[in-house]
Amino acid sequence: MIPTPVAALGLFGEAFQFVFQGQEAATGGVTVGGTGQVLDLAGKQLEVTLLALAVSIVLALPVGVFLGHHGKGEFVAVSAGNAGRAIPELALIALMAAAVGVGLFNLVVALAILGIPPILTNAFVGIRQVDRVSVEAARGMGMTDGEIIRKVELPLAVPTIMGGVRTSAINIIATATIAPLAGILTLGDFIISRNVYGDAGVLAGAILVALMALALELTLAGVQWKLTSPGLRIRRAE
Amino acid sequence: MSDPLAGPGWLLGAAAPSDFFRDRSDGGCIQENKLFCPDWAIDNIDRYTDPTLQHLVLVFSAVAAGFLIAFGLAVLAHRHRALSSPFLAATGVLYTIPSIAFFFLLLPITGRGALTAIIALTAFTLQIIFRNITTGLRNVPPEVTEAARGVGLTPKQILWRVEIPLAMPEIIAGLRVATVSTVALATLAVFANGGGLGAEIVSGSNITFKTGIIIAGSIAILMAITFDALLLLTGRLLAPWKRVEA
Repeated sequence: MIPTPVAALGLFGEAFQFVFQGQEAATGGVTVGGTGQVLDLAGKQLEVTLLALAVSIVLALPVGVFLGHHGKGEFVAVSAGNAGRAIPELALIALMAAAVGVGLFNLVVALAILGIPPILTNAFVGIRQVDRVSVEAARGMGMTDGEIIRKVELPLAVPTIMGGVRTSAINIIATATIAPLAGILTLGDFIISRNVYGDAGVLAGAILVALMALALELTLAGVQWKLTSPGLRIRRAE
Repeated sequence: MSDPLAGPGWLLGAAAPSDFFRDRSDGGCIQENKLFCPDWAIDNIDRYTDPTLQHLVLVFSAVAAGFLIAFGLAVLAHRHRALSSPFLAATGVLYTIPSIAFFFLLLPITGRGALTAIIALTAFTLQIIFRNITTGLRNVPPEVTEAARGVGLTPKQILWRVEIPLAMPEIIAGLRVATVSTVALATLAVFANGGGLGAEIVSGSNITFKTGIIIAGSIAILMAITFDALLLLTGRLLAPWKRVEA
């Protein structure tokens, strides 16, 4: 049944076929995989990721920028980043599902817990790193605090802030892969429910998750490039 | 599980698996699956020894391998600046691919097991360590290397006796970030049959046993903190003239 060129690729060929044509479930009966289900689960993974990333940015960015601008709370802002890295993703998702409950809202909360620390820390550090001379000059020109943040500090802090957003995005999309444990079926379902999808499904899931994470990272790198003021782009290239 | 879209069926099993019922004196804490059952924890703490040791092996192997590879790459990139960008891009790709996906990309090559988990975790650490080593080497003031050249040191001696010691704070900072992240990520090794503390979180076919999740998660966090503190101390010993920043 498998065309020869595909069979020659071994498990990779089967994974390819799983994505585009689907196959019978290992448990028998129904057909699993195929573009329909793949797009469904990929869409879910993207939705969950973007939701959690948006929540993280909305909660962490203003706080980080505020603290950085006023030079307050350095210990909290920097410790948050360190502590966030130590949270075991699997335990977090499992505990959320077992103790609080499954479902989209709880999952997004859990993912945002992972997403907030890098954004908070980098926003603080990014704003703080801005040359005080530039800030003083802006103040001397009569800019208000709000104007200094928007016109001086934020543009200069874009690379650091976006670094935090990208770290956060990678953590979130990676952890969204185990979202099926919390009752939300993402591409990770292909990986986790091997008893249904078989090894071809597992490999297909792994390839799709990897491609999706890389695509997200490239997109955010593009966003960073767009947000960086042209003058700074040249300086960074030197 | 006839309907694959119904989700992982083992999620729906509410009770803890029978091998958890070793304790009978806690007034039904385990049977009711309360958030944390201290009596059970005290009676069963020995079951966490092996997973903890496996976890240590996973983390240590991955970070050690990651450090050796990243160190080699960084020294090469330091000598030949043109290599810096391609190395950064390649390690960036490895960093971006989620570890759990990486485990199964390796499936046709290394199968399932601890080795697969270690390879994927190593790949994850490369970028963090590589970045910090190259930054550290680049931040060595040119006057210092000039002076070293002036007193007759060869490029190799300058690297080992001047540049690397001066870059030590950044190198250690990178190791700390890589190690702490790897301790957390290694819980996922259970999906690759790699053992570790994750095996006590997704235990058998059950992830609803709260006390078990909390104990395994806490051990992982404690392990991360311990490694972090040890590396911080190492940094102070190796670079006593400078406080290490994370």
